[in-house]
Amino acid sequence: MPEMIYADAVREGLAEEMRRDKLVWALGEDLSTAHTSTSANQYKDLIEEFGPRRIVNAPISESTIMGAGVGAAVAGTRPIADLRSIDFAMCAIDELVNQAAKIRYMFGGQARVPLVARMAIGTRRGAAAQHSQSYESWFVHIPGLIVVTPSTPADGKGLLKSAIRCDDPVVFMEHKELWGAKGEVSADPEHLVPLGKARIARVGKDLTIVAWSRMVVLACKAAEELATAGIDAEVIDLRTLWPWDQEAVFASVRKTRRLLVPQEAVLAGGFAGEVAATVAEALGDVLKTSVRRLGAPRMPVPYAPPLEDEYRITDRQIVATARSMCR
Amino acid sequence: MPPAATAGTERSNQTERIFGMFKTMLLIRAFDEAAHQMLVEGLVHGSVHQSIGQEAIAVAVCGNMRRDDLIQSNHRGHAHAIAKGANPTAMMKELFGRVGGTNGGKGGSMHIADFSVGMLGANGILADGMSLAAGAAQAVTLKGEDKVVGVFVGDGSTNRGPFYESLNWAKVFHLPLLVVCEDNGYASTTATSSVTSGGGPAVRAASFDIPVVSVDGNDLRAVDAAAAELIERIRNGGGPQFLHAATYRLTGHVSKDQGMYRPAGEFEQRWDHEPVRRCEAWLAEQGVSPGDIEAAHSAAQAAIATSVAEAKLAPFPAPSLAYADVQDVGGPSCPK
Ligand SMILES: Cc1ncc(C[n+]2csc(CCOP(=O)(O)OP(=O)(O)O)c2C)c(N)n1
Ligand SMILES: [Mg+2]
Repeated sequence: MPEMIYADAVREGLAEEMRRDKLVWALGEDLSTAHTSTSANQYKDLIEEFGPRRIVNAPISESTIMGAGVGAAVAGTRPIADLRSIDFAMCAIDELVNQAAKIRYMFGGQARVPLVARMAIGTRRGAAAQHSQSYESWFVHIPGLIVVTPSTPADGKGLLKSAIRCDDPVVFMEHKELWGAKGEVSADPEHLVPLGKARIARVGKDLTIVAWSRMVVLACKAAEELATAGIDAEVIDLRTLWPWDQEAVFASVRKTRRLLVPQEAVLAGGFAGEVAATVAEALGDVLKTSVRRLGAPRMPVPYAPPLEDEYRITDRQIVATARSMCR
Repeated sequence: MPPAATAGTERSNQTERIFGMFKTMLLIRAFDEAAHQMLVEGLVHGSVHQSIGQEAIAVAVCGNMRRDDLIQSNHRGHAHAIAKGANPTAMMKELFGRVGGTNGGKGGSMHIADFSVGMLGANGILADGMSLAAGAAQAVTLKGEDKVVGVFVGDGSTNRGPFYESLNWAKVFHLPLLVVCEDNGYASTTATSSVTSGGGPAVRAASFDIPVVSVDGNDLRAVDAAAAELIERIRNGGGPQFLHAATYRLTGHVSKDQGMYRPAGEFEQRWDHEPVRRCEAWLAEQGVSPGDIEAAHSAAQAAIATSVAEAKLAPFPAPSLAYADVQDVGGPSCPK
């Protein structure tokens, strides 16, 4: 299988779907003009192949990028509304929550909204308070939405393809610090990664670490470190937060009887709490020790590197917490 | 000189056309009156936004559209739905929250929708319809169809950002979109002029280089003529057009609202300009007999009475249906 970086893999997935289905198109700011300077090249060369009607360079109108995406989805096309990052998507939350997520239901199933709302999450060095946020848990709370947080190039591609083919609205969240990550990616255009199925990123028996997005990379790194201390951690990459693969997590926790859920987002109100509570309710009696979570302090993301480091959860913190759980 | 009103006289095509639209106005008015009555009786739930006094706009705009053209409505959507051809009985069942309702009882008055006639839904979030309609128009373009998309927006809603984003968008992408501003002077309990700067919706739309036609929205024939021209322009590739229709709502913002915020006398005075009576007078001048007009009124009343009777008999949906149509992957499961 060819190796490629995450941003290229996702772009390849988009291009394959656009070739397969003429009703797949993308709209967002700078899609046909941005190159490495301002973006991750996620749309490079697509305008040449698909033209300006399918790679639509939008005005700076986030509400309408999302709203037009919803309207165009209802009217029978499969748009990818690209908000660039969750921070800018705030200007279009209404259209996502009140329209995309409601239309199928409140109209009694008369309409479907096959929309992909694409918005990157995560801290990128020095990006500070308004370009670094991780609000994936918000969307888990919205009935009607599917929430996707791929951690590898292969999943970025395979999950985007599934998202595009899905008849319900999908929030597709790449992590900015993963865009350059390398990995093997299937060249088969029919290789799809199913929505709602976790991946066991590392097999282990002493402790389950459940993670998603970039935290999977840190969890795997921590697991290697733990191995040198004789702790064999299993790392589960959720891949999608809604629906999330409870079966895979339960099976792992039944085996390891310990659960740690680290997340990049602010701890309070985060998705780690949902995983922890669900496992505690279902498997409280098999746990050897209380479920533990890790998450950022409840502060905006600061700018200066030593301050930003206070916000970031690190592999070292995962190691330390895991060790304390296995004592 | 109007032709004499003798029985057996051939009425002109234009008279027949307006008489047909007049009947649709009567149906809308009867529907909205009954909807309020049923709310009072506790059979309709939540609140009801009526279009009494504003019927001419919906009827004339939709009357110039094809069945496969699309309209995007707002919170005041009954008139738009009926004018586009939705079945009033299915709509009344929806207001009752019963089986057979247009939305299967999931939406009610404020989300009334009938996709089978291109009515893409009433919507509870003001001005959002603008961007949804722009997107639908973009889809029409992408698919190479010759459909026109219409969107209804209230005067008050034109102070929201999406209105401007979408006008710009529609112009930049040259979309087949007709924006219809139903300007009834009020946004809920606030006189829109008291919170709106400049020359209002028409001037604002014109600043995007979108052609604007302003019309007396209570004059059915005037709206008909304007809508016909604008829709033809759009169908011929002319890009977005804007219809500004001045009107007045003769009831409250919601049906139970007494309208205490209106200046004394305004309400009574406006009744003299409402579209049904004005149209009736014109039809009489064209030779439509009082008997035919009376029969049209009776037919509308009878049709809506039947809708209400059928809605009363329809059962509520099974509770398990609350779990349906959330999403295919990850939807809720019904307990037991
Ligand atoms: C975004 C949003 N803000 C506020 C409301 C509450 N609201 C419902 S209707 C209305 C007034 C709308 O006035 P206008 O646009 O003129 O339409 P009209 O009711 O006169 O038909 C308000 C404020 C809402 N539904 N959505
Ligand atoms: Mg108004």
